[in-house]
Amino acid sequence: MKKLTINGQVHDVDVPDDMPLLWVLRDVLGLTGTKYGCGIAQCGACTIHLGGVAVRSCQTTMDMVEDIPITTIEGVGDTPIGAKVQSAWLEKEVVQCGYCQSGQIMSATALLTDNPRPTDTDIDDALAGNICRCGTYVRIREAIHSVTV
Amino acid sequence: MIENLVSRRNFLRGTALATAGLVLAVQLPGNTRRASAAVGEQSKFIPNAFVKIDTDGIALIMPHTEVGQGIYTSSAMLMAEELEVDLDQVRVEAAPPDLKKYMDPILFDQATGGSTSTQSDWVRLREAGASARIMLVGAAAERWGVSADDCRVEKGIIRHDPSSRSLSYLDVAPDAATREAPKQVPLKDPSQFRLIGTRAKRLDTPAKVDGSLVYGIDTRLPGMAYATLAIAPVKGGRIASMNEAAARAVKGVRDVVRTEDSVAVIGEHMWAAKLGVDALELSWESGPNASVSTQAIVNDMHEASLKPGVVVRDDKGAAEAIRKAKTKLDAIYRSPFLSHSPLEPMNCTLHIKDDRAELWVGTQVPVRAQKAVAEATGLPPEKVTVNNQLMGGAFGRRLDIDTIEQAAKLLRNIRYPVKLVWTREQDLTHDFFRPYYYDRVSAGLDDAGRLVGRTHRVTGSSVMARWAPPAFVNGIDPDSLDCAAETPYDETSVFADYVRHEPEGLTTAWWRGVGATHNLFVIESFVDEMAYAIGQDPVDFRRKMLTRNPRALAVLELAAEKAGWKDKLPQGRGRGVNLQFAFNTYLAHILEIEVVPGKEVKLLRSVLAVDCGIVINPDTVRAQMEGGVLFGLGTAMFNEVTFTDGAVDQSNFDNYRILRINEAPKVEVYQVKSLEKPGGVGEAGTAAAAGALANAIFSATGKRIRSLPLSEAAV
Ligand code: FES
Ligand code: FES
Repeated sequence: MKKLTINGQVHDVDVPDDMPLLWVLRDVLGLTGTKYGCGIAQCGACTIHLGGVAVRSCQTTMDMVEDIPITTIEGVGDTPIGAKVQSAWLEKEVVQCGYCQSGQIMSATALLTDNPRPTDTDIDDALAGNICRCGTYVRIREAIHSVTV
Repeated sequence: MIENLVSRRNFLRGTALATAGLVLAVQLPGNTRRASAAVGEQSKFIPNAFVKIDTDGIALIMPHTEVGQGIYTSSAMLMAEELEVDLDQVRVEAAPPDLKKYMDPILFDQATGGSTSTQSDWVRLREAGASARIMLVGAAAERWGVSADDCRVEKGIIRHDPSSRSLSYLDVAPDAATREAPKQVPLKDPSQFRLIGTRAKRLDTPAKVDGSLVYGIDTRLPGMAYATLAIAPVKGGRIASMNEAAARAVKGVRDVVRTEDSVAVIGEHMWAAKLGVDALELSWESGPNASVSTQAIVNDMHEASLKPGVVVRDDKGAAEAIRKAKTKLDAIYRSPFLSHSPLEPMNCTLHIKDDRAELWVGTQVPVRAQKAVAEATGLPPEKVTVNNQLMGGAFGRRLDIDTIEQAAKLLRNIRYPVKLVWTREQDLTHDFFRPYYYDRVSAGLDDAGRLVGRTHRVTGSSVMARWAPPAFVNGIDPDSLDCAAETPYDETSVFADYVRHEPEGLTTAWWRGVGATHNLFVIESFVDEMAYAIGQDPVDFRRKMLTRNPRALAVLELAAEKAGWKDKLPQGRGRGVNLQFAFNTYLAHILEIEVVPGKEVKLLRSVLAVDCGIVINPDTVRAQMEGGVLFGLGTAMFNEVTFTDGAVDQSNFDNYRILRINEAPKVEVYQVKSLEKPGGVGEAGTAAAAGALANAIFSATGKRIRSLPLSEAAV
């Protein structure tokens, strides 16, 4: 049995140590907002915050996460910056199919939390790991610039 | 307010929906079938049911599926415009499989593709809304004993101003249900539109920014198990051996099921299923396609392209005109196999019972999906319920039902619900691929630099022949020469033919932009070659050939002006132009790039000028142009699928590269106001990408790219 703190709630889970957090979130806890896209740290669809840092949950195994608070897309709106990012996303109509956007929003929120006024290069550095197959990059950039922290 | 099907089922439970309310079977005049599924006229046809008003409110039943293109919003706008309701008053539901009611009149299937949705829905959904409104107003007027002409509707409230009375649509729904549908359904003049043409907010996005939207891959059902699979790496191969006991010994594994060429492990979560597949220690027999390679396929296509094909256009005298021309050009262009790779991998949830089955999936073709499950299980189609989900991208991939068929075959003896998820690797290596094309083109220009003759032979697979056989008539695939046989230019002497060549060892499929994506790369590059061959500016050269095409000329001029086409560029920079009429939309694209020796091409600025007729939602048009062009540019830069010993060489995003934010150019979209019928926008941007890129590279370096992707061309 392991204790996980996710979006402020404590969950007890009984899963193998080497199981990626992605599948624990999705299949064991039913938090399906975190997406599977590649499983090899290439796409960023599975991005979550682990102790406030944006990480790929497909590469984060259970033995790495105990005692560190986890935030997912379902909970990021409870943080002031996460909420602003989500509303900027809607204001700029960033989203197309939306499948990558949980990950994009998690990466953008982490960026803006560390760096309230990111330059284009900062945005590139923080979000280059998040693929958007629909090509919403133009608006992701606009939306991030529009957030005033 | 998009209802996800799982939650919708909850609220349907307990409401006597079908009996209590009004289900308006909107009667629309019939139409005559067209022989071809190629781009055609918008037509009105068999009876439809798009509007449903009951105690749960107003529902718009969407004949098309949402893959990210925004159609749920645009189509809802069409209906809401005439129904006189606001978008926040309506609920959008996915149409169930029902060919009679929901067939796309251009595609002749209940399908979403080919950028036809708005063109198909433009009249029929407005008529559906108007017809419903007329019946509802008629019911209110009768109740009040007044003339319907003295009533008006505002946000779903029917008002009779002279007597200051009002009734809601819901109030009169049962009465309206007993009325005849009107024979004549007058539609608003565009000057009266209050919704169409506005930047209405998308209906599907709020649930996409907080993680609550349930895509097919997010389906969760009571008692559901999770599965993943392995499929023979070579098409036509089969399982040689596997260690089933080892898979069953993995903690959390529940079942192992197989067909000849695939095996799925079912477990309590995806991780157990994956470990189970790994434990199988699979070995495969390759079968008849063991020696398939890209090189062999291309060699075969080269041979095939030497012989004449089926004539698609023959103005007579094209070859003769070229022979006599002052300047002659000849070239071979090659376009690679491509993968769709939508970000949501293929998946399918099935609950098969003895006498019925239920399917949860995101599909562009719900009727075919239903049939696939019926055939695999032996159940009649009406016993298969399809819960169609919003999709995490499709790009043509979800126009095929091979994955659903595979899931149903694997799971046919399992009686509990199972969600089967393809790993990215299984998804990519078993995609149905965009065909490889091998194009031979030639052209002649006279003393004055005028194009006097052009020939074009396309050699490649016919997706149409497999996917819609009735549309493949006399050996002609109407898609194969789309945008090549007919161009926006003044051309009177064209010869175009098509050599169908089906490569062994793979299946080809529709891919974003279809024939236009492939042919525009060839044609627009070749037009550029012509311009440079006679020392003319590529925009000037095109402009001179547009004497009879004012809409094409207008977008070209607009893009040239906005892009600063005349402005001098610093060393290493280049600009390329692409002009097209595709999906009934005019689009000019000017791309600026930078080439630094030893480095990858840098995309700087993409300027698009579009005339797609009447615009439903300008923000959606802009979004589709932005996303479409990036999709096409990334593909032209990086992507090809290759085969070695019958198997696909690429497997995931590390070796099938997708454009990233740091590689994306700025994109500017300019829209021309128009009152023409709407054209398609979902694929136009993609089709406009590769030609502009190849032309920009020539302008920067003097190197002509005739084979994609760029990485192969050593820029
Ligand atoms: S699923 Fe984790 S990075 Fe792609
Ligand atoms: S919105 Fe579709 S992948 Fe990003």
